[in-house]
Amino acid sequence: MIDVINLTKKYGDLTVLDGITETIHEGERVVIVGPSGSGKSTFLRCLNCMEDPTSGSIIFDGEDLADMKVDINRHRQNIGMVFQQFNLFNNKTVLENITLAPWLIGRKKVKGRAARAELKAQITARAHELLQRIGLDDWADKYPSTLSGGQKQRVAIVRALAMNPKVILFDEPTSALDPEMVGEVLDLIRQLANEGMTMVIVTHEMGFAREVGTRVFFMDGGNIMEQGTPQEVFGNPKCERLQNFLAKVL
Amino acid sequence: MTFQQVTLSLAEGFLENCRLFLETLLFSIPLGLIISFGSMSKFKPLSFLVKIFVWCIRGTPLMLQLFVVFYVPGLLFDTPMRDRMLAALIAFVINYACYFSEIFRGGIESISKGQYEAGQVLGLTKTQIFFKIILLQVVKRIMPPMSNEIITLVKDTSLARVIAVGEILLAAERFAGKGLIWPLFYTGAYFLIFCGLLTILFGYLEKKLSYFKS
Ligand SMILES: Nc1ncnc2c1ncn2[C@@H]1O[C@H](COP(=O)(O)OP(=O)(O)OP(=O)(O)O)[C@@H](O)[C@H]1O
Ligand SMILES: [Mg+2]
Repeated sequence: MIDVINLTKKYGDLTVLDGITETIHEGERVVIVGPSGSGKSTFLRCLNCMEDPTSGSIIFDGEDLADMKVDINRHRQNIGMVFQQFNLFNNKTVLENITLAPWLIGRKKVKGRAARAELKAQITARAHELLQRIGLDDWADKYPSTLSGGQKQRVAIVRALAMNPKVILFDEPTSALDPEMVGEVLDLIRQLANEGMTMVIVTHEMGFAREVGTRVFFMDGGNIMEQGTPQEVFGNPKCERLQNFLAKVL
Repeated sequence: MTFQQVTLSLAEGFLENCRLFLETLLFSIPLGLIISFGSMSKFKPLSFLVKIFVWCIRGTPLMLQLFVVFYVPGLLFDTPMRDRMLAALIAFVINYACYFSEIFRGGIESISKGQYEAGQVLGLTKTQIFFKIILLQVVKRIMPPMSNEIITLVKDTSLARVIAVGEILLAAERFAGKGLIWPLFYTGAYFLIFCGLLTILFGYLEKKLSYFKS
């Protein structure tokens, strides 16, 4: 689904990603772990070109996203992303947060007032469905500032889902949450995993990584130092740095 | 001179203040937006030049700028400014555009990167993000400093008197010249009422925008 070929990212002299080649397959749930500063976020953000790679390719849907000529916005519609800080639109209601992008993008494709009204109704209905799913339909007309962190993050996740993406990228989706709210967010991600959504998740929740991941990457110093099934990576770590890392976090 | 005659004559002068005020707002807000984009430009020479310009304008008195706009064309190019109001307008627009540009810049830069990124990852274009997500949040943030600046502008319009624009203080000074002092103090009422109305308007707008927090 996503082919990463020799991906390198440098900030000036600092090499943050050092020639990564890797393929993320459909239906996979790749979990990325590693020490702070190892390049996990940078790797994730290169996948949808939120950071432009210094060199290398990201092949998605048969096109190289690193190529400046590619219409990146069209591809981003198929690659959802969920942030540590939720980033709900402050000036939009919960419902509008979910409907804004599908509407702005969808309305260009339909002509005529009736067709547009129908599209709007469809998008709104779908948003309510998604909100019901996370038990927040009563909050549809509220503004994000009135939500708890866990609620915000769940809305952010269904906002990504509303685009019907082929893959969703999560960058530490629970790191900004109070401990009692971590569970509700992980539950939702777990549900998506069970439904077969392709996902790439950066997380510090090792238990969760072991449970939902189909493959685990251990990143260090801008490289994927070791990878494998959760059993292999957590149960039988080979490289010394991974052993040290696990000793610290487990 | 009856009270009524003075009131009318001052009102005529104040009309000039209002005109200068409205026209300054009309032109300086868009110009200020352009200047703020210039000062935020990633093209360093441009942002440097714009910042120097803003520094020059903010670092010198508006009264001096009025003199420059009014006299310099005549001195340099032998084409004296005939239209005093136009000269005043140009000086005011440039001056206020620079002040506004700093407010706009502060407002735009205060919006967290996450608001842009959330739009980008959904596949929205830069324009869509700016107009649908960022703009209103910026407007809300800049409301208090803008209302301050706009109320200052009302009072600053009387500076146009130094290049003999027939505004309210100039009208009052004419009375003073004839030995009638009280109209000079009476002008304060016009400013007070106008600024009072503006304060109410801005209070209303701020309340209108209080439905969300950012
Ligand atoms: N915009 C930037 N400019 C310069 N250096 C950067 C930039 N963004 C990231 N870096 C550097 O790149 C390195 C990798 O950062 P990255 O955020 O990818 O790490 P991470 O693995 O996600 O860490 P964490 O677990 O703390 O989130 C760090 O050393 C960081 O300082
Ligand atoms: Mg990170």
